[in-house]
Amino acid sequence: MSEITLTINEETVTYNVEPRTSLADYIREHHGLTGTHTACEHGVCGACTIILNGKPARSCITLAAAVENSDIRTIEGYAQDVVMDTIRNCFIETHATQCGYCTPGMLATAYDIVTRLPGAGRERIKLELSGNLCRCTGYLQIVDAIQLALSKLAGSSPEKSVPNG
Amino acid sequence: MKPVPLEFTRVTSLEDASTALAAAGDEGRPYAGGQSLGPMLNLRIARPTLLVDLSEVAALNRHEPVDGGMEVGAMSVHSDFEDGKINDVANGLIQHAASGIAYRAVRNRGTIGGSLSHADPAADWPPVMMALDAVAKIYNTAGGYELPISEFINGVLSTVMVPGDILTTVKIPCLSETATWGHYKVCVKPGDFAQSLSVILMDRANKVCRVVVAGPSSPARYMETIPDLLLSTTVWSLGFAETLKETVIRELKQKEFVEPTDRHNLNLHGTVVVRAAKQAMSQ
Repeated sequence: MSEITLTINEETVTYNVEPRTSLADYIREHHGLTGTHTACEHGVCGACTIILNGKPARSCITLAAAVENSDIRTIEGYAQDVVMDTIRNCFIETHATQCGYCTPGMLATAYDIVTRLPGAGRERIKLELSGNLCRCTGYLQIVDAIQLALSKLAGSSPEKSVPNG
Repeated sequence: MKPVPLEFTRVTSLEDASTALAAAGDEGRPYAGGQSLGPMLNLRIARPTLLVDLSEVAALNRHEPVDGGMEVGAMSVHSDFEDGKINDVANGLIQHAASGIAYRAVRNRGTIGGSLSHADPAADWPPVMMALDAVAKIYNTAGGYELPISEFINGVLSTVMVPGDILTTVKIPCLSETATWGHYKVCVKPGDFAQSLSVILMDRANKVCRVVVAGPSSPARYMETIPDLLLSTTVWSLGFAETLKETVIRELKQKEFVEPTDRHNLNLHGTVVVRAAKQAMSQ
């Protein structure tokens, strides 16, 4: 066992964990924040995506020990964030959630897209989302949501999307 | 989907890393970005008892211009190439290739040194670095050595390194201003490992052309018959494309890059090389 210290949602915490503990399990099982989901656990599905030192990362294939003292932001950590608030409202507006399992990872990736690529069009959004799987296959609404969020954050109306397709 | 029990140690010098890994033998693994090793650990395909974290070794976290090119530390992450934070000495090829590796969340952690050392035959960096004639610099406590990437990787998921060897630097030669490149990748969805990938470098002024083809079942290899064919042709035509594809397929059959009866993959690689060549010749 080894003591690992991380800052999760601006709270610095230390837990005694096995060195093999993934960042996802550290967040979920030791710190009790279950909004970070695990699904494939080999870096393919994107459900576990969190923000690590300001950038999206896969928490299931990153060992907690390897990112000791890093700054982690999980889906629970956006209470006062205007950008995430906008994205969430756009997800609601376009019905971009179905079962919800992929949503925390989708939101983390969406956050990266709107902050890093403010000029992204529909095709670029799809490309950037290719690392997040939604098995309800609600992709079109998710792309709509991110497009809407980009336009709201830029203060303009989005290019017209094809209805349901 | 959890790794086997293991020890994790962080070192700050190459010497400490090499000593720890040499002592652990086959039981030890260096841990760079963890984006290939992480899945291997979770799937228990890799079962090391010791991981040596390289993230705080300063010698691996650097990049600088050198005479004739660029030296890139092994811990440089893909997204830094994608964003142009590391100067692209290959007229845009490096930036282009980096942006197609996996997904942004993976590119933020995955490293060029980790990818080359993992030596997945369908990965993006090996054929790109082979086309650029890049050189791997390896450290060990006996002093280390240098090898072209094509010799550094000696098989599927295999390199020449032995426990205690650490890839520290990739030396990438500068391309001449008029050199062009082609890069064509076929994968099931964006970010996947390649089913077929070809990278072509053309420097007509210096009569240099390198054609690399990669796929999931054999290590990336240089095409021997294609460079002369490309250098001797200046105008693209459908007839030339057909000749090119036939020549690629003939060589791949001879070299048993794929099974000689595997028409699907022979056609796939043939088409991919043709498309990369068209791109290189039309720049």
